[in-house]
Amino acid sequence: MTMDKGNAISVRNLTKRFGSFTAVDHISFDVSKGEIFGFLGANGAGKTTAMRMLCGLSVPTSGDGNVAGCDIITQAEAIKHRIGYMSQKFSLYSGLTVEENIRLFSTIYGMTSRQIREASERLFKELGMQDMRRAYVKDIPVGWRQKLAFAVATIHKPEVVFLDEPTGGVDPVTRSKFWELIYKASSEGMTVFVTTHYLDEAEYCNRISIMVDGKISALDSPADLKEKYHAATIDEVFRIVAQNAQRGD
Amino acid sequence: MSPAIEITGVTKRYGDLTALDNVGFDVAEGEMFGLIGPDGAGKSTLYRILATLTAPDSGTAAVCGLDTVKDYSRLRTMIGYMPERFSLYQDLTVSENLQFFASLFGVSIKENYDIIAPVFAQLERFPDRKAGALSGGMKQKLALSCALIHRPRILLLDEPTTGVDAVSRSEFWDMLSTLREKGITILVSTSYMDEATRCERIALIDKGKILRVNTPEGLVAGLDENLYNASAYRMFELLTRLRQLPEVDDCYTFGATLHVVGRKGFDQVAVCQKLQSEGLEDVRVYPAQGDIEDLFIKLTR
Repeated sequence: MTMDKGNAISVRNLTKRFGSFTAVDHISFDVSKGEIFGFLGANGAGKTTAMRMLCGLSVPTSGDGNVAGCDIITQAEAIKHRIGYMSQKFSLYSGLTVEENIRLFSTIYGMTSRQIREASERLFKELGMQDMRRAYVKDIPVGWRQKLAFAVATIHKPEVVFLDEPTGGVDPVTRSKFWELIYKASSEGMTVFVTTHYLDEAEYCNRISIMVDGKISALDSPADLKEKYHAATIDEVFRIVAQNAQRGD
Repeated sequence: MSPAIEITGVTKRYGDLTALDNVGFDVAEGEMFGLIGPDGAGKSTLYRILATLTAPDSGTAAVCGLDTVKDYSRLRTMIGYMPERFSLYQDLTVSENLQFFASLFGVSIKENYDIIAPVFAQLERFPDRKAGALSGGMKQKLALSCALIHRPRILLLDEPTTGVDAVSRSEFWDMLSTLREKGITILVSTSYMDEATRCERIALIDKGKILRVNTPEGLVAGLDENLYNASAYRMFELLTRLRQLPEVDDCYTFGATLHVVGRKGFDQVAVCQKLQSEGLEDVRVYPAQGDIEDLFIKLTR
């Protein structure tokens, strides 16, 4: 599938079936370059399945899409070099040092020794983590761990970064600092695709979509969604949109 | 009447780590009390002490007037404890799990069904499903039913809503309100600050220390005085600029806007004009309402 040059992600009628179960049901949307896009949905709505297709990890049953200039069906391998991925559940190896994690991930992304050396130096300087180079990831505070996880996920300067519930359970200061990193990345042109259970966090996004039972039931800027549903918060919007969900809980 | 929970000077160390540092607060009989703090704040350690599973290094904790160390065996039948990690047997079915917990406490499901009814109703449809095959929200309801089946006076819930979507979370809090109306004292912890308002009183905890104890309204009173919203299309640039201004004490991302803590003499109109003249034409600065998260940031910064 070809797409508009201004879009970092573009999907049309993307569908995934597992047997008789339609996990993702004809979803279509575009995300423009540099946009912060929030991908919300109830448990079991199909977010993870959709995201796996966008990352080239799962082949759609039908429909098509383009991510970071690559077709998600025919160029699934190439996508992996052009995107970054971070999740709260797993992002870094806690039994490796800060430096070892950086080396491991940049090698996986296919960077050369020289690129890795340069990127590491830049990263240590930008993050102010010089003193922690040889510390085990499990021993560094959660705020630093998050910064590092984001830096590692974006070390190869991907066009799009996917953040899968990146901020669960962290304190408000850390959470706010994390969004600052996202703003910075976005201001430099990186596209940010993020899922979260914290609906107040949806407010940080330029636009959000809400998935219900495999379909996208709402998609707009947080302000326009609140107006449309006469709601004071995105939490209320979410409850109105997701209340009739059949799946999940 | 003595408080339902009475914690005095509790300290607990694990090696070099001080998990709880001189913690003290009371929870009144019949109260819905929230313990709010990020991961690693010490919430679970405090729960383990209250549930008589571990003893404090110093200080005392009493539940229903009974000491959690000396009177632990009498206390265990009076508390219902739902730990953060899944507390069910995954290989047992819904009804087997419930039966197991009922027989542990020597009660029958039938005689106590009224207490779990509001929670268990949605699970009645699949008594033979294995607990491991339930969705997150359903597991949580089964775990709560199992913690309630012996009709405890005190319910200790450690992060019951973590990882659960907003609709299920809201339902869960409605259930807790129903249980509270039945006279059960509830101590519930969460890392979601927005859930704080569902409690009558809350304690903010961070790095093993209690920062504040108050009603949700009492906590945020006075926060608005020098707090402002600021927004512009180029948010990162706005953040950087605001931080350089001498009249700005603090500035952080806060959803759709930035929150700005002004110093004495902060003038929103002047700040706005200055930023506009420097190229951020669409900037807006206007008063903000502070919430628990602002307070937390203020207290831990």
